[in-house]
Amino acid sequence: MTLTRQEIEKVAFLARLILTPEELDEMTGQLGRVLEYMALLNEVDTEGVEPLAHAVEFANVFREDHVEKSLDREVALANAPHRDDECYLVPAVLGDV
Amino acid sequence: MSMGDRPYKIVIGLEVHVQLLTESKLFCGCSTKFGAPPNTQTCPVCIGMPGVLPVMNRKAFELAVKTGLALNGEIARFSKWDRKNYYYPDLPKGYQISQYDLPICRGGYLDIPAEDGEGTRRIGIIRVHLEEDAGKSMHDEKAGRADSRIDLNRAGTPLLEIVTKPDLHSPTEAKTFLTELKLLLNYLEVSDCNMQEGSLRVDANINLHIPTDDGGHVATPIVEVKNMNSFRAVERALTYEAQRQYEAFLETGHKLGDVPKQTRGWDEDAQITRPQRSKEESSDYRYFPEPDLVPVTITEEELERIRATLGELPAEIRRRLQTTYQITAYDSDVIVNQGRAFVDYYCRLAQGCGDGKMAANWVQQDVLRTLNERQWTIAQFPVSADNLAELLRKVRAGELDTAKARMVFAEMVEQRCSAAEAVQRLGIVQVDEGELRRLCEELVAANPRVVAEVKAGKDKAIGSLVGQAKKRNPNVNPARVKEICLELIQRQA
Ligand SMILES: [Zn+2]
Repeated sequence: MTLTRQEIEKVAFLARLILTPEELDEMTGQLGRVLEYMALLNEVDTEGVEPLAHAVEFANVFREDHVEKSLDREVALANAPHRDDECYLVPAVLGDV
Repeated sequence: MSMGDRPYKIVIGLEVHVQLLTESKLFCGCSTKFGAPPNTQTCPVCIGMPGVLPVMNRKAFELAVKTGLALNGEIARFSKWDRKNYYYPDLPKGYQISQYDLPICRGGYLDIPAEDGEGTRRIGIIRVHLEEDAGKSMHDEKAGRADSRIDLNRAGTPLLEIVTKPDLHSPTEAKTFLTELKLLLNYLEVSDCNMQEGSLRVDANINLHIPTDDGGHVATPIVEVKNMNSFRAVERALTYEAQRQYEAFLETGHKLGDVPKQTRGWDEDAQITRPQRSKEESSDYRYFPEPDLVPVTITEEELERIRATLGELPAEIRRRLQTTYQITAYDSDVIVNQGRAFVDYYCRLAQGCGDGKMAANWVQQDVLRTLNERQWTIAQFPVSADNLAELLRKVRAGELDTAKARMVFAEMVEQRCSAAEAVQRLGIVQVDEGELRRLCEELVAANPRVVAEVKAGKDKAIGSLVGQAKKRNPNVNPARVKEICLELIQRQA
Protein backbone atom coordinates (compact mmCIF):
# COMPACT_ATOMS: atom_id res chain seq x y z
CA MET A 1 0.00 0.00 0.00
CA THR A 2 1.56 3.28 -1.10
CA LEU A 3 0.51 6.88 -0.79
CA THR A 4 0.08 9.35 -3.62
CA ARG A 5 1.45 12.85 -3.59
CA GLN A 6 -2.14 14.16 -3.62
CA GLU A 7 -2.93 12.24 -0.44
CA ILE A 8 0.13 13.72 1.26
CA GLU A 9 -0.95 17.19 0.11
CA LYS A 10 -4.36 16.65 1.63
CA VAL A 11 -3.04 15.32 4.93
CA ALA A 12 -0.62 18.26 5.08
CA PHE A 13 -3.50 20.66 4.50
CA LEU A 14 -5.59 19.04 7.23
CA ALA A 15 -2.62 19.32 9.61
CA ARG A 16 -2.07 22.94 8.49
CA LEU A 17 1.47 22.17 7.31
CA ILE A 18 3.00 23.94 4.35
CA LEU A 19 5.42 21.61 2.56
CA THR A 20 7.84 22.47 -0.21
CA PRO A 21 7.74 20.28 -3.35
CA GLU A 22 10.91 18.53 -2.15
CA GLU A 23 9.40 17.89 1.29
CA LEU A 24 6.24 16.55 -0.36
CA ASP A 25 8.29 14.01 -2.28
CA GLU A 26 10.22 13.07 0.83
CA MET A 27 7.05 12.66 2.92
CA THR A 28 5.34 10.65 0.21
CA GLY A 29 8.19 8.14 0.41
CA GLN A 30 8.58 8.16 4.21
CA LEU A 31 4.89 7.94 5.14
CA GLY A 32 4.42 5.32 2.41
CA ARG A 33 7.07 3.14 4.06
CA VAL A 34 5.36 3.58 7.47
CA LEU A 35 2.11 2.36 5.93
CA GLU A 36 3.83 -0.58 4.26
CA TYR A 37 5.27 -1.54 7.60
CA MET A 38 1.84 -1.31 9.22
CA ALA A 39 0.43 -3.40 6.37
CA LEU A 40 2.45 -6.30 7.74
CA LEU A 41 -0.11 -6.48 10.53
CA ASN A 42 -2.81 -7.23 7.99
CA GLU A 43 -1.17 -10.58 7.37
CA VAL A 44 -2.08 -11.75 10.86
CA ASP A 45 -5.19 -13.92 10.96
CA THR A 46 -7.62 -12.06 13.28
CA GLU A 47 -10.58 -14.35 12.64
CA GLY A 48 -12.57 -14.61 15.87
CA VAL A 49 -10.45 -12.06 17.75
CA GLU A 50 -12.36 -9.27 19.55
CA PRO A 51 -11.26 -5.78 18.41
CA LEU A 52 -9.18 -4.04 21.07
CA ALA A 53 -10.55 -0.64 22.08
CA HIS A 54 -7.65 0.23 24.33
CA ALA A 55 -4.18 -1.10 25.05
CA VAL A 56 -4.80 -1.02 28.81
CA GLU A 57 -6.96 -3.86 30.02
CA PHE A 58 -9.24 -2.01 32.37
CA ALA A 59 -12.26 0.27 32.15
CA ASN A 60 -14.31 2.80 34.12
CA VAL A 61 -11.85 5.27 35.52
CA PHE A 62 -14.04 8.06 36.83
CA ARG A 63 -13.73 11.21 38.86
CA GLU A 64 -16.60 12.60 40.92
CA ASP A 65 -18.30 15.78 39.73
CA HIS A 66 -16.51 18.23 42.03
CA VAL A 67 -15.17 21.62 41.04
CA GLU A 68 -11.47 22.11 41.61
CA LYS A 69 -9.51 25.30 41.46
CA SER A 70 -8.74 26.50 37.94
CA LEU A 71 -5.57 28.20 36.79
CA ASP A 72 -5.08 31.83 37.53
CA ARG A 73 -5.80 33.68 34.28
CA GLU A 74 -2.37 35.28 34.25
CA VAL A 75 -0.81 31.83 34.46
CA ALA A 76 -3.06 30.41 31.75
CA LEU A 77 -2.26 33.24 29.35
CA ALA A 78 1.43 33.45 30.25
CA ASN A 79 2.76 31.49 27.28
CA ALA A 80 0.41 32.92 24.66
CA PRO A 81 2.32 34.57 21.78
CA HIS A 82 -0.43 37.21 21.57
CA ARG A 83 -2.93 38.19 24.23
CA ASP A 84 -4.83 41.04 25.79
CA ASP A 85 -5.96 41.40 29.43
CA GLU A 86 -8.53 38.62 29.18
CA CYS A 87 -8.08 36.55 26.05
CA TYR A 88 -5.74 34.77 23.69
CA LEU A 89 -5.46 36.67 20.42
CA VAL A 90 -5.33 34.82 17.12
CA PRO A 91 -5.48 35.94 13.49
CA ALA A 92 -9.07 36.83 12.61
CA VAL A 93 -11.52 33.95 12.51
CA LEU A 94 -14.04 35.01 9.90
CA GLY A 95 -16.77 33.52 7.81
CA ASP A 96 -17.89 31.05 10.41
CA VAL A 97 -20.06 32.52 13.09
CA MET B 1 -46.89 12.00 5.63
CA SER B 2 -48.86 14.54 3.65
CA MET B 3 -47.21 17.34 1.74
CA GLY B 4 -49.82 19.83 2.95
CA ASP B 5 -50.24 22.48 0.30
CA ARG B 6 -46.60 22.31 -0.79
CA PRO B 7 -45.60 20.72 -4.11
CA TYR B 8 -42.92 18.68 -2.29
CA LYS B 9 -42.31 16.64 0.84
CA ILE B 10 -39.77 18.03 3.33
CA VAL B 11 -37.28 15.67 4.99
CA ILE B 12 -35.52 16.94 8.12
CA GLY B 13 -33.08 15.35 10.56
CA LEU B 14 -31.73 17.23 13.57
CA GLU B 15 -28.42 17.20 15.41
CA VAL B 16 -28.93 18.62 18.86
CA HIS B 17 -26.15 19.46 21.30
CA VAL B 18 -27.12 19.99 24.91
CA GLN B 19 -24.87 20.99 27.77
CA LEU B 20 -25.12 18.62 30.71
CA LEU B 21 -26.00 19.91 34.16
CA THR B 22 -22.70 19.05 35.82
CA GLU B 23 -20.75 21.27 38.18
CA SER B 24 -17.40 20.47 36.58
CA LYS B 25 -16.10 19.80 33.06
CA LEU B 26 -16.07 16.43 31.28
CA PHE B 27 -12.41 15.54 31.88
CA CYS B 28 -11.17 18.04 34.50
CA GLY B 29 -12.35 19.82 37.64
CA CYS B 30 -12.88 23.29 36.11
CA SER B 31 -16.29 24.84 36.74
CA THR B 32 -18.91 24.86 33.96
CA LYS B 33 -20.71 27.89 35.36
CA PHE B 34 -21.94 30.29 32.67
CA GLY B 35 -20.93 33.93 32.60
CA ALA B 36 -17.55 33.88 34.34
CA PRO B 37 -14.89 36.37 33.12
CA PRO B 38 -12.99 34.99 30.09
CA ASN B 39 -10.28 32.38 30.72
CA THR B 40 -10.87 32.06 34.46
CA GLN B 41 -12.22 28.49 34.29
CA THR B 42 -9.39 26.62 32.61
CA CYS B 43 -6.58 24.27 33.62
CA PRO B 44 -3.77 22.37 31.89
CA VAL B 45 -6.19 19.55 30.91
CA CYS B 46 -8.82 21.67 29.16
CA ILE B 47 -6.37 24.03 27.46
CA GLY B 48 -4.42 21.10 26.07
CA MET B 49 -1.06 21.35 27.78
CA PRO B 50 1.29 18.46 26.98
CA GLY B 51 1.52 15.57 29.41
CA VAL B 52 -1.85 15.95 31.10
CA LEU B 53 -4.36 13.15 31.64
CA PRO B 54 -8.11 13.59 31.22
CA VAL B 55 -10.34 11.71 33.70
CA MET B 56 -14.01 11.07 32.96
CA ASN B 57 -16.73 12.84 35.01
CA ARG B 58 -19.00 10.11 36.46
CA LYS B 59 -22.07 12.32 36.58
CA ALA B 60 -21.76 13.26 32.89
CA PHE B 61 -21.71 9.56 32.02
CA GLU B 62 -24.78 8.87 34.17
CA LEU B 63 -26.71 11.79 32.68
CA ALA B 64 -25.93 10.48 29.18
CA VAL B 65 -27.19 7.02 30.12
CA LYS B 66 -30.31 8.53 31.71
CA THR B 67 -31.07 10.41 28.50
CA GLY B 68 -30.52 7.31 26.38
CA LEU B 69 -32.94 5.33 28.55
CA ALA B 70 -35.59 8.08 28.46
CA LEU B 71 -35.28 8.12 24.65
CA ASN B 72 -35.88 4.35 24.61
CA GLY B 73 -32.43 3.67 23.15
CA GLU B 74 -30.07 0.73 23.49
CA ILE B 75 -27.35 1.60 26.02
CA ALA B 76 -23.93 0.30 25.00
CA ARG B 77 -22.57 -2.14 27.58
CA PHE B 78 -19.14 -1.08 26.29
CA SER B 79 -18.33 2.35 24.86
CA LYS B 80 -15.11 4.16 24.11
CA TRP B 81 -13.60 7.54 23.30
CA ASP B 82 -12.19 8.82 20.04
CA ARG B 83 -10.29 11.86 18.88
CA LYS B 84 -11.90 13.96 16.18
CA ASN B 85 -9.09 15.92 14.60
CA TYR B 86 -9.45 19.41 13.21
CA TYR B 87 -7.66 22.72 13.57
CA TYR B 88 -9.56 25.68 14.85
CA PRO B 89 -8.36 28.44 17.20
CA ASP B 90 -11.01 27.63 19.82
CA LEU B 91 -9.94 23.97 19.98
CA PRO B 92 -6.70 24.07 21.96
CA LYS B 93 -5.70 20.40 21.61
CA GLY B 94 -6.24 20.26 17.85
CA TYR B 95 -8.76 17.48 18.45
CA GLN B 96 -12.06 17.08 20.21
CA ILE B 97 -12.64 14.08 22.47
CA SER B 98 -15.84 12.52 21.16
CA GLN B 99 -17.33 9.10 20.44
CA TYR B 100 -17.21 7.64 16.96
CA ASP B 101 -18.07 3.98 16.49
CA LEU B 102 -19.15 3.00 20.01
CA PRO B 103 -21.49 5.76 21.27
CA ILE B 104 -23.16 5.48 24.65
CA CYS B 105 -26.59 4.96 23.09
CA ARG B 106 -27.93 3.75 19.76
CA GLY B 107 -31.47 3.84 18.43
CA GLY B 108 -34.56 4.92 20.33
CA TYR B 109 -37.32 7.40 19.69
CA LEU B 110 -39.26 10.33 21.06
CA ASP B 111 -43.03 10.61 20.63
CA ILE B 112 -44.14 14.15 19.90
CA PRO B 113 -47.65 15.66 19.68
CA ALA B 114 -48.93 15.26 16.10
CA GLU B 115 -49.39 18.40 14.07
CA ASP B 116 -53.14 17.86 13.65
CA GLY B 117 -53.56 17.68 17.43
CA GLU B 118 -54.62 14.03 17.30
CA GLY B 119 -52.30 11.54 18.98
CA THR B 120 -48.53 11.42 18.59
CA ARG B 121 -45.80 10.99 15.96
CA ARG B 122 -42.79 8.77 16.68
CA ILE B 123 -39.46 10.39 15.74
CA GLY B 124 -36.52 7.97 15.52
CA ILE B 125 -33.20 8.63 17.24
CA ILE B 126 -30.03 7.36 15.54
CA ARG B 127 -27.56 7.85 18.38
CA VAL B 128 -26.69 9.73 21.54
CA HIS B 129 -23.05 10.35 22.41
CA LEU B 130 -20.90 12.37 24.79
CA GLU B 131 -18.25 14.84 23.72
CA GLU B 132 -16.43 17.91 24.97
CA ASP B 133 -17.26 21.45 23.89
CA ALA B 134 -14.80 23.83 22.23
CA GLY B 135 -14.02 27.36 23.42
CA LYS B 136 -15.49 30.58 22.08
CA SER B 137 -13.96 32.89 19.51
CA MET B 138 -15.07 36.49 19.34
CA HIS B 139 -14.47 38.85 16.51
CA ASP B 140 -15.59 42.43 16.55
CA GLU B 141 -15.86 43.22 12.86
CA LYS B 142 -17.33 46.65 13.47
CA ALA B 143 -14.31 47.71 15.50
CA GLY B 144 -12.19 46.59 12.55
CA ARG B 145 -9.92 44.50 14.74
CA ALA B 146 -7.38 42.32 13.04
CA ASP B 147 -7.46 39.66 15.75
CA SER B 148 -10.05 37.30 17.15
CA ARG B 149 -10.21 36.87 20.93
CA ILE B 150 -10.37 33.35 22.34
CA ASP B 151 -12.09 32.45 25.62
CA LEU B 152 -11.52 28.83 26.66
CA ASN B 153 -13.91 28.75 29.66
CA ARG B 154 -16.29 26.56 27.68
CA ALA B 155 -13.60 24.20 26.36
CA GLY B 156 -14.12 20.76 27.86
CA THR B 157 -17.71 21.34 29.00
CA PRO B 158 -19.73 18.11 28.65
CA LEU B 159 -22.10 17.98 25.70
CA LEU B 160 -24.55 15.35 24.66
CA GLU B 161 -25.13 15.04 20.94
CA ILE B 162 -28.53 13.66 19.98
CA VAL B 163 -29.02 12.77 16.31
CA THR B 164 -32.50 12.09 14.93
CA LYS B 165 -33.50 10.05 11.91
CA PRO B 166 -34.77 12.14 8.99
CA ASP B 167 -38.28 11.57 10.31
CA LEU B 168 -39.40 15.19 10.61
CA HIS B 169 -41.56 16.38 7.76
CA SER B 170 -42.19 20.05 8.39
CA PRO B 171 -40.44 23.02 10.00
CA THR B 172 -43.24 23.13 12.61
CA GLU B 173 -42.68 19.48 13.41
CA ALA B 174 -38.95 20.18 13.90
CA LYS B 175 -39.87 22.91 16.38
CA THR B 176 -42.34 20.61 18.16
CA PHE B 177 -39.64 17.93 18.45
CA LEU B 178 -37.20 20.42 19.99
CA THR B 179 -39.84 21.67 22.43
CA GLU B 180 -40.64 18.11 23.52
CA LEU B 181 -36.96 17.17 23.80
CA LYS B 182 -36.22 20.25 25.88
CA LEU B 183 -39.14 19.44 28.20
CA LEU B 184 -37.91 15.86 28.60
CA LEU B 185 -34.34 16.95 29.37
CA ASN B 186 -35.63 19.51 31.86
CA TYR B 187 -37.68 16.80 33.63
CA LEU B 188 -34.67 14.49 33.67
CA GLU B 189 -32.53 17.34 35.07
CA VAL B 190 -30.02 16.48 32.35
CA SER B 191 -29.82 19.98 30.85
CA ASP B 192 -31.49 23.35 31.26
CA CYS B 193 -31.48 23.65 27.43
CA ASN B 194 -31.06 27.41 27.60
CA MET B 195 -30.40 28.58 24.03
CA GLN B 196 -29.35 32.09 25.09
CA GLU B 197 -26.55 30.64 27.19
CA GLY B 198 -25.63 28.15 24.50
CA SER B 199 -26.66 25.08 26.48
CA LEU B 200 -28.79 23.87 23.55
CA ARG B 201 -27.59 24.18 19.97
CA VAL B 202 -29.21 22.66 16.94
CA ASP B 203 -28.17 22.00 13.35
CA ALA B 204 -30.57 20.63 10.77
CA ASN B 205 -30.11 18.49 7.68
CA ILE B 206 -32.84 19.17 5.17
CA ASN B 207 -33.78 18.19 1.64
CA LEU B 208 -36.92 17.73 -0.43
CA HIS B 209 -38.67 14.84 -2.12
CA ILE B 210 -40.33 16.20 -5.23
CA PRO B 211 -42.95 13.92 -6.82
CA THR B 212 -42.32 12.79 -10.39
CA ASP B 213 -44.86 11.83 -13.07
CA ASP B 214 -44.12 8.12 -12.71
CA GLY B 215 -45.34 8.17 -9.11
CA GLY B 216 -41.83 8.20 -7.61
CA HIS B 217 -39.88 11.17 -6.42
CA VAL B 218 -36.59 12.96 -6.93
CA ALA B 219 -34.52 14.08 -3.91
CA THR B 220 -32.74 17.42 -3.77
CA PRO B 221 -29.16 17.75 -2.38
CA ILE B 222 -28.97 17.70 1.43
CA VAL B 223 -28.08 21.00 3.07
CA GLU B 224 -26.92 21.42 6.67
CA VAL B 225 -28.39 24.55 8.24
CA LYS B 226 -26.52 26.10 11.17
CA ASN B 227 -26.59 29.20 13.31
CA MET B 228 -30.22 29.02 14.41
CA ASN B 229 -30.52 30.71 17.79
CA SER B 230 -34.07 29.93 18.88
CA PHE B 231 -36.75 27.32 18.20
CA ARG B 232 -38.60 29.96 16.19
CA ALA B 233 -35.46 30.59 14.17
CA VAL B 234 -35.31 26.84 13.43
CA GLU B 235 -38.86 26.91 12.10
CA ARG B 236 -38.25 30.00 9.99
CA ALA B 237 -34.86 28.91 8.67
CA LEU B 238 -36.23 25.52 7.56
CA THR B 239 -39.29 27.09 5.97
CA TYR B 240 -37.03 29.44 4.04
CA GLU B 241 -34.55 26.71 3.13
CA ALA B 242 -37.22 24.32 1.82
CA GLN B 243 -38.60 26.91 -0.55
CA ARG B 244 -35.07 27.94 -1.60
CA GLN B 245 -34.23 24.33 -2.44
CA TYR B 246 -37.42 23.98 -4.46
CA GLU B 247 -36.64 27.07 -6.48
CA ALA B 248 -32.98 26.00 -6.90
CA PHE B 249 -34.19 22.62 -8.15
CA LEU B 250 -36.52 24.21 -10.70
CA GLU B 251 -33.63 26.35 -11.89
CA THR B 252 -30.70 23.89 -11.90
CA GLY B 253 -32.29 20.44 -11.76
CA HIS B 254 -29.59 19.36 -9.28
CA LYS B 255 -30.43 16.12 -7.51
CA LEU B 256 -28.99 14.44 -4.44
CA GLY B 257 -25.44 13.36 -5.31
CA ASP B 258 -24.95 15.90 -8.11
CA VAL B 259 -23.22 18.43 -5.85
CA PRO B 260 -21.29 18.10 -2.54
CA LYS B 261 -23.21 18.55 0.70
CA GLN B 262 -23.53 22.23 1.46
CA THR B 263 -23.51 24.07 4.78
CA ARG B 264 -25.62 27.20 5.09
CA GLY B 265 -26.01 29.62 7.99
CA TRP B 266 -29.25 31.26 9.05
CA ASP B 267 -29.04 35.05 8.91
CA GLU B 268 -31.57 36.21 11.51
CA ASP B 269 -31.52 39.85 10.38
CA ALA B 270 -32.02 39.12 6.69
CA GLN B 271 -34.23 36.04 7.39
CA ILE B 272 -32.38 33.97 4.80
CA THR B 273 -29.82 31.15 4.74
CA ARG B 274 -26.39 31.90 3.24
CA PRO B 275 -23.65 29.51 2.11
CA GLN B 276 -21.01 28.98 4.81
CA ARG B 277 -17.43 27.97 4.56
CA SER B 278 -17.27 24.66 6.36
CA LYS B 279 -14.55 24.09 8.95
CA GLU B 280 -12.86 21.31 7.04
CA GLU B 281 -12.26 20.85 3.38
CA SER B 282 -13.99 17.52 3.77
CA SER B 283 -15.43 15.64 6.68
CA ASP B 284 -12.07 14.01 7.07
CA TYR B 285 -11.71 14.20 10.82
CA ARG B 286 -9.30 11.26 10.97
CA TYR B 287 -10.98 9.73 14.01
CA PHE B 288 -8.88 7.37 16.07
CA PRO B 289 -9.25 5.83 19.55
CA GLU B 290 -8.34 8.18 22.41
CA PRO B 291 -5.32 6.56 24.13
CA ASP B 292 -5.62 8.74 27.28
CA LEU B 293 -9.06 7.45 28.29
CA VAL B 294 -10.06 3.89 29.08
CA PRO B 295 -13.37 2.49 27.83
CA VAL B 296 -16.59 2.62 29.84
CA THR B 297 -18.69 -0.42 30.65
CA ILE B 298 -22.02 -0.67 32.40
CA THR B 299 -23.68 -3.60 34.12
CA GLU B 300 -27.39 -4.51 34.20
CA GLU B 301 -27.53 -3.51 37.88
CA GLU B 302 -26.10 -0.06 37.18
CA LEU B 303 -28.51 0.38 34.28
CA GLU B 304 -31.45 -0.49 36.52
CA ARG B 305 -30.23 1.88 39.21
CA ILE B 306 -30.12 4.73 36.69
CA ARG B 307 -33.47 3.71 35.18
CA ALA B 308 -35.00 4.03 38.66
CA THR B 309 -33.99 7.71 38.74
CA LEU B 310 -35.92 8.65 35.58
CA GLY B 311 -39.15 9.50 37.39
CA GLU B 312 -42.43 10.02 35.58
CA LEU B 313 -41.82 11.62 32.18
CA PRO B 314 -43.85 14.38 30.48
CA ALA B 315 -45.82 12.16 28.07
CA GLU B 316 -46.87 9.81 30.90
CA ILE B 317 -47.82 12.71 33.15
CA ARG B 318 -50.03 14.25 30.45
CA ARG B 319 -51.87 10.96 30.05
CA ARG B 320 -52.27 10.55 33.81
CA LEU B 321 -53.65 14.07 34.29
CA GLN B 322 -56.16 13.57 31.48
CA THR B 323 -57.48 10.27 32.82
CA THR B 324 -57.29 10.97 36.55
CA TYR B 325 -58.63 14.52 36.57
CA GLN B 326 -60.69 14.56 33.36
CA ILE B 327 -58.91 17.55 31.89
CA THR B 328 -58.21 18.24 28.21
CA ALA B 329 -54.98 17.46 26.36
CA TYR B 330 -54.42 21.20 26.06
CA ASP B 331 -54.79 21.80 29.81
CA SER B 332 -52.51 18.89 30.68
CA ASP B 333 -49.93 20.26 28.23
CA VAL B 334 -49.92 23.72 29.82
CA ILE B 335 -49.54 22.22 33.30
CA VAL B 336 -46.78 19.75 32.34
CA ASN B 337 -44.85 22.51 30.51
CA GLN B 338 -44.47 24.33 33.83
CA GLY B 339 -42.31 21.55 35.27
CA ARG B 340 -42.54 18.80 37.84
CA ALA B 341 -43.12 21.01 40.91
CA PHE B 342 -46.05 22.71 39.20
CA VAL B 343 -47.56 19.34 38.26
CA ASP B 344 -47.31 18.26 41.91
CA TYR B 345 -49.03 21.48 42.99
CA TYR B 346 -51.84 20.93 40.50
CA CYS B 347 -52.39 17.30 41.56
CA ARG B 348 -52.60 18.19 45.24
CA LEU B 349 -55.01 21.02 44.45
CA ALA B 350 -57.20 18.84 42.23
CA GLN B 351 -57.39 16.16 44.93
CA GLY B 352 -57.96 18.71 47.68
CA CYS B 353 -60.80 20.54 45.98
CA GLY B 354 -62.33 17.52 44.28
CA ASP B 355 -62.70 19.12 40.85
CA GLY B 356 -59.84 18.62 38.37
CA LYS B 357 -61.25 20.97 35.72
CA MET B 358 -61.77 23.78 38.24
CA ALA B 359 -58.26 23.25 39.63
CA ALA B 360 -56.85 23.33 36.07
CA ASN B 361 -58.58 26.66 35.39
CA TRP B 362 -57.29 28.21 38.59
CA VAL B 363 -53.67 27.13 38.17
CA GLN B 364 -53.59 28.20 34.53
CA GLN B 365 -55.24 31.56 35.10
CA ASP B 366 -54.81 32.95 38.61
CA VAL B 367 -51.77 31.03 39.79
CA LEU B 368 -49.76 31.29 36.55
CA ARG B 369 -50.62 34.94 36.12
CA THR B 370 -49.42 35.71 39.64
CA LEU B 371 -46.21 33.74 39.12
CA ASN B 372 -45.52 35.65 35.91
CA GLU B 373 -46.31 39.04 37.41
CA ARG B 374 -44.10 38.49 40.45
CA GLN B 375 -41.42 36.47 38.67
CA TRP B 376 -41.90 33.67 41.17
CA THR B 377 -41.41 29.95 40.77
CA ILE B 378 -44.11 27.66 42.12
CA ALA B 379 -41.80 26.90 45.04
CA GLN B 380 -41.87 30.59 45.99
CA PHE B 381 -45.65 30.88 45.66
CA PRO B 382 -47.07 31.78 49.10
CA VAL B 383 -50.43 30.02 48.72
CA SER B 384 -50.05 26.29 49.35
CA ALA B 385 -52.07 23.81 47.31
CA ASP B 386 -53.97 22.88 50.48
CA ASN B 387 -54.90 26.51 51.19
CA LEU B 388 -56.01 27.10 47.61
CA ALA B 389 -58.02 23.87 47.76
CA GLU B 390 -59.84 25.25 50.81
CA LEU B 391 -60.78 28.35 48.79
CA LEU B 392 -62.00 26.30 45.82
CA ARG B 393 -64.12 24.13 48.13
CA LYS B 394 -65.84 27.31 49.33
CA VAL B 395 -66.56 28.25 45.72
CA ARG B 396 -67.92 24.78 44.98
CA ALA B 397 -70.14 24.91 48.07
CA GLY B 398 -71.60 28.21 46.87
CA GLU B 399 -70.16 30.11 49.81
CA LEU B 400 -68.23 32.43 47.51
CA ASP B 401 -68.87 33.55 43.97
CA THR B 402 -65.97 33.73 41.51
CA ALA B 403 -65.50 37.48 41.84
CA LYS B 404 -65.24 37.25 45.63
CA ALA B 405 -63.03 34.18 45.39
CA ARG B 406 -60.60 36.20 43.26
CA MET B 407 -60.50 38.91 45.94
CA VAL B 408 -59.87 36.26 48.60
CA PHE B 409 -57.13 34.72 46.42
CA ALA B 410 -55.39 38.10 46.05
CA GLU B 411 -55.59 38.60 49.83
CA MET B 412 -54.13 35.13 50.42
CA VAL B 413 -51.19 36.00 48.14
CA GLU B 414 -50.63 39.36 49.86
CA GLN B 415 -51.05 38.21 53.46
CA ARG B 416 -49.70 34.70 52.97
CA CYS B 417 -52.70 33.40 54.89
CA SER B 418 -55.38 30.71 54.71
CA ALA B 419 -58.65 31.13 52.81
CA ALA B 420 -60.67 31.40 56.06
CA GLU B 421 -58.38 34.12 57.37
CA ALA B 422 -58.51 36.05 54.10
CA VAL B 423 -62.32 35.87 54.08
CA GLN B 424 -62.34 37.27 57.60
CA ARG B 425 -59.78 39.99 56.81
CA LEU B 426 -61.82 41.16 53.84
CA GLY B 427 -64.92 41.31 56.03
CA ILE B 428 -66.79 38.99 53.74
CA VAL B 429 -69.61 37.87 55.94
CA GLN B 430 -71.03 34.64 54.89
CA VAL B 431 -74.80 34.70 54.54
CA ASP B 432 -76.52 31.82 56.23
CA GLU B 433 -78.54 29.63 53.84
CA GLY B 434 -81.79 30.12 55.85
CA GLU B 435 -81.37 33.89 55.80
CA LEU B 436 -80.67 33.81 52.06
CA ARG B 437 -83.80 31.75 51.43
CA ARG B 438 -85.99 34.19 53.46
CA LEU B 439 -84.60 37.12 51.47
CA CYS B 440 -85.38 35.38 48.16
CA GLU B 441 -88.91 34.52 49.30
CA GLU B 442 -89.53 38.19 50.14
CA LEU B 443 -88.22 39.33 46.76
CA VAL B 444 -90.30 36.81 44.82
CA ALA B 445 -93.42 37.86 46.76
CA ALA B 446 -92.75 41.57 46.23
CA ASN B 447 -92.08 41.40 42.47
CA PRO B 448 -95.01 39.70 40.71
CA ARG B 449 -94.17 41.36 37.37
CA VAL B 450 -90.67 39.89 37.32
CA VAL B 451 -92.05 36.52 38.33
CA ALA B 452 -94.54 36.64 35.46
CA GLU B 453 -91.80 37.49 32.96
CA VAL B 454 -89.64 34.62 34.15
CA LYS B 455 -92.59 32.25 33.89
CA ALA B 456 -93.12 33.51 30.34
CA GLY B 457 -89.63 32.28 29.52
CA LYS B 458 -87.63 35.48 29.97
CA ASP B 459 -85.02 34.06 32.31
CA LYS B 460 -83.01 37.27 32.08
CA ALA B 461 -85.62 39.10 34.11
CA ILE B 462 -84.28 37.32 37.19
CA GLY B 463 -81.35 39.75 37.11
CA SER B 464 -83.53 42.42 38.67
CA LEU B 465 -84.13 40.19 41.72
CA VAL B 466 -80.40 39.48 42.05
CA GLY B 467 -79.71 43.22 41.89
CA GLN B 468 -82.22 43.96 44.64
CA ALA B 469 -80.80 41.16 46.80
CA LYS B 470 -77.26 42.57 46.47
CA LYS B 471 -78.55 46.02 47.45
CA ARG B 472 -80.13 44.65 50.61
CA ASN B 473 -77.18 42.48 51.55
CA PRO B 474 -73.87 42.96 49.69
CA ASN B 475 -72.56 39.66 51.01
CA VAL B 476 -75.00 37.43 49.16
CA ASN B 477 -73.74 35.08 46.48
CA PRO B 478 -75.49 36.26 43.28
CA ALA B 479 -75.36 32.84 41.66
CA ARG B 480 -77.00 31.24 44.68
CA VAL B 481 -79.70 33.99 44.80
CA LYS B 482 -80.52 33.29 41.17
CA GLU B 483 -80.74 29.56 41.81
CA ILE B 484 -83.07 29.93 44.81
CA CYS B 485 -85.33 32.51 43.13
CA LEU B 486 -85.68 30.35 40.00
CA GLU B 487 -86.48 27.36 42.13
CA LEU B 488 -89.14 29.33 44.08
CA ILE B 489 -90.75 30.66 40.88
CA GLN B 490 -90.82 27.24 39.25
CA ARG B 491 -92.44 25.79 42.35
CA GLN B 492 -95.22 28.40 42.03
CA ALA B 493 -96.11 27.23 38.56
ZN1 LIG C 1 -9.90 22.35 33.13
